[in-house]
Amino acid sequence: MTRADRVGGLRDAYRAKFRTEIALQFAYRGALAIWLLGLLLGPIVYLVVWTTVARSQGGAVAGFSAGDFAAYFTVLMVVNQLTFTWHFYEFEWRVRNGFFSPLLLRPIHPVHNDIAENLSFKLLTFTGVAPVALLLLVAFDASLQPSAWHIIAFVPALMLAMALRFLVEWTIALAAFWLTRVSALNQAYTVALLFLSGQVAPLVLFPPAVQAAASILPFRWMVSFPVETLLGQLSGEAVLVGLGVQIAWIALALVMLRLVWRLGVRRYSAVGA
Amino acid sequence: MRAVLRDVGLLWLSFRLGALDALQYRADFFVQLVQSSVGLVTALAGVAVVFGQTDRLAGWSQDELFALIGVFTLVGGLIGMVIRPSMERLMEGVRLGTLDFALTKPADAQVLVSIQRVDVWRTVDVVLGAGLLLIAISRLGQHIGPAQAIAFGLVLVAGVVIIYSFLLILATLAFWLVRLENILVIFGSMYEAGRWPVGIYPPWLRATLTFIVPVAFAITIPVESLVGRLEPTTLVGTLLLAAGFLVGSRLIWKLGLRHYTGASA
Repeated sequence: MTRADRVGGLRDAYRAKFRTEIALQFAYRGALAIWLLGLLLGPIVYLVVWTTVARSQGGAVAGFSAGDFAAYFTVLMVVNQLTFTWHFYEFEWRVRNGFFSPLLLRPIHPVHNDIAENLSFKLLTFTGVAPVALLLLVAFDASLQPSAWHIIAFVPALMLAMALRFLVEWTIALAAFWLTRVSALNQAYTVALLFLSGQVAPLVLFPPAVQAAASILPFRWMVSFPVETLLGQLSGEAVLVGLGVQIAWIALALVMLRLVWRLGVRRYSAVGA
Repeated sequence: MRAVLRDVGLLWLSFRLGALDALQYRADFFVQLVQSSVGLVTALAGVAVVFGQTDRLAGWSQDELFALIGVFTLVGGLIGMVIRPSMERLMEGVRLGTLDFALTKPADAQVLVSIQRVDVWRTVDVVLGAGLLLIAISRLGQHIGPAQAIAFGLVLVAGVVIIYSFLLILATLAFWLVRLENILVIFGSMYEAGRWPVGIYPPWLRATLTFIVPVAFAITIPVESLVGRLEPTTLVGTLLLAAGFLVGSRLIWKLGLRHYTGASA
């Protein structure tokens, strides 16, 4: 098979998968809305907490006014929804019940199945997130006035963040090949993500050591960086460096994913059909 | 009085059965312990980050918020231990017809279904929450007199009763609507918002958390009474509301039961 054939085949597979996946997920609109509620509520709660703090401190905390916090957490909510993945909750069940078998029998890598699932989920839920975000921007009087270049830089930053978070979380999910209970690992990761990706507070409000950890590890580049970019908190140079760091992390994550996958799939043994 | 003693006996029996079941999976205890501890530390760290920038949050001090997280964890543990698993099984019973087994037993069916399943490892949350609450109380020290302690106990019980009745009403809706397991997931999401005092939320969200999903009564209001910030009228109102909820949920339960036809026959 030539390379062009393989790319064409993959494209057809994606197209088919998107069509079925959107129909499938749309059938469970109620469940989708409930997932969404959980995803939205966290940022809204922290938005309220921090705007309250800013107001009680005479209008601003560490240079963030109440309107800045509102803009920060609203954009964060959107970025979080677009970068979010859930596969590391699902893998244990997949491995334990043998649901990997049909995926392995297909002639394309199972990761493509999950990418298509993930993108369909985001496409459908974004229709719910967008109006909520607009509502929050107005209700909390957010000060969001990005210049043109902030918006232009935001697009690649967001897309790289989506790719990076997906690759990292999918690789973590592969731990299910070795561990029978992954909930503790998942929780440790989620907590680290919560603090180090800027979901509890903007990273600049943390002590320097935490900020350094967030920048050295991939966390900042998965969520916080696109938010900082759109809000215009970064210089042009910092944005370029950030995009470079994102690309470097994506390359590293890709290598890790291939390696861990190759080792892990050997350990997989399914029972039954 | 004898009926109450019998109900307590039934609860104890259900707890023991739950324990026997759970003891088959002892490693789960450690999983729960790790998860609950990490959850608690995460919540405390979140508060610490906020109080790194301010010393009051809408009139609440850091120790008061620690007490709030203690009550949040404690009540969350009670819900997760008995109320939620039992309500899930009740809804399943309505759908599958297995509710027949509860109805044919010679005890009050509402009591039976409300305690039918106990997730014993969730006592970890109850213990951790109570521990944090005690630490916070000792740090708040001199501000808490016996009057506040009694008011706190009363309002906390009332809050749990309100939450229980609310969840029972939600679960009872299954008699009419059959499929709605997801409704408890929504409650779980909204409950998370209760780890901060409801006073900080904008009016629409505060109203939701007070009247539509009555989380405020089980968490914020008890802690307010503990630190002596609760108006006497709110205290009386909460107690009356708890009584109202208890009676109301009982009526709705009876009404729903008439709709139940059983599926096994």
